[in-house]
Amino acid sequence: MPANGPADTAPVITVSSLVKQFGRFAALRGVSAEFSGGKLYAVLGDNGAGKTTLLRTLAGLNQPTSGQVTILGASKFHDICRQVGYMAHPSLLYDEMSGMENLAYFARLYGIADGSRCAEVIRSVGLDPDLARPVGQYSQGMRQRMSLARALLNDPKILLLDEPFSNVDIHSATDMVRLLARTRDQGKTIFVVTHQAQLLAGAADEFIWMQAGQIVGRTHDLKPPEGTN
Amino acid sequence: MPAPTAITRATLLKDLRLEWRSKDAINSMLFFSLLVVVVFSFSFDPSAEESRQIAGGLIWVAFLFAAVVALNQTWARELRNQVLDAYRVSPAPANSLFLAKALGNFIFVSVLEALMTPLFIAFYRLRAIGPAWQLLIVAMLGTWALVVNGTFFAAMSLRTRSREIMLPLLLFPISVPAILAMVQATTAILTGETGARFWIVLLVTYDLVFTTSCLLLFETVLNAE
Repeated sequence: MPANGPADTAPVITVSSLVKQFGRFAALRGVSAEFSGGKLYAVLGDNGAGKTTLLRTLAGLNQPTSGQVTILGASKFHDICRQVGYMAHPSLLYDEMSGMENLAYFARLYGIADGSRCAEVIRSVGLDPDLARPVGQYSQGMRQRMSLARALLNDPKILLLDEPFSNVDIHSATDMVRLLARTRDQGKTIFVVTHQAQLLAGAADEFIWMQAGQIVGRTHDLKPPEGTN
Repeated sequence: MPAPTAITRATLLKDLRLEWRSKDAINSMLFFSLLVVVVFSFSFDPSAEESRQIAGGLIWVAFLFAAVVALNQTWARELRNQVLDAYRVSPAPANSLFLAKALGNFIFVSVLEALMTPLFIAFYRLRAIGPAWQLLIVAMLGTWALVVNGTFFAAMSLRTRSREIMLPLLLFPISVPAILAMVQATTAILTGETGARFWIVLLVTYDLVFTTSCLLLFETVLNAE
């Protein structure tokens, strides 16, 4: 069962009638939902269900065609971007630089001048901050963990993670789930888009089921809602 | 909000570090310019006077084409692993990124010019009759004219399918006034026949207008889907 941390019942994210079209293709078709603070949400669905588009829209990377996203009371992402951490399917890291060099650069973008914060988050994901090897020479699992460290760098209240466990071995993935559960227990809200839902079976507070650009159900266990395939 | 100048500095240093390690841009630019110098010097056999007449055009055309290589690289490294998205979700201002990229390209193209100019002088037996120090001003203003627009249009063509072709298609027509001013100013200084003042003023105006326009429009370009 998920640990009961300082969960806040007030919605931290509200999505109303969200539509996102790419040309004639509608990736999101009128998504409406509220998400409370201090919870770990697993967003599930087949390829093309709209999971990544929803996450990118929450992260301010896609502009909605219509509808509204409100995060921490703000409708403009730029106003709350310091409170959000985003991890994409690609690493969002420079292959030619070491993990520490990458994080030192991204820390500057958030006005974090303290180098010890970079070392702290690298350690928190189980990597060595003194590792001088460029990220391009990391294994896929190490790259995913460094990418998670980058998302955690600004100590965000909301974490948006797209496929954090893909190509990660089961031990590393389990470690990452434990870290996410601990982070949730500190009161953070976490969204994890994944195809490996079973990894989050004991940790997620809620499973959000998406199909054809819509949320078709929300459950507290891995049993799909009625009427979904 | 983090200080924009600190972010510009951090981004510029990061780009210089990446280029120092990969040498993607500088090697391609040097090789290309070297080819232009050698091929043109074998194709023509100009006298000293003829060299002064044509060198301005040759030099700037070589630098323009070589600069396109660096300009394409600028954003290519931000597309690998979608690193640009990490910048877009951060509170860092868009213009800091633009200025850092433009300054980085200015440094890369200036290094190229510093390395290639002695070769041009040697191959074409160049000696300026007019005030040679003005060539430095023309080089700086001309290089900025190329990189400021180039950085902007390279960002604009980022999400197009054939961005290597799109960049020159967008950049060259809009650079015509600057190229004309660079070539005319260089020729005027080398031949000493007329003053370069008018062309230098034109370059200053061009730089001011396009730097301001690019800064005003870059955020829209960066966040375009």
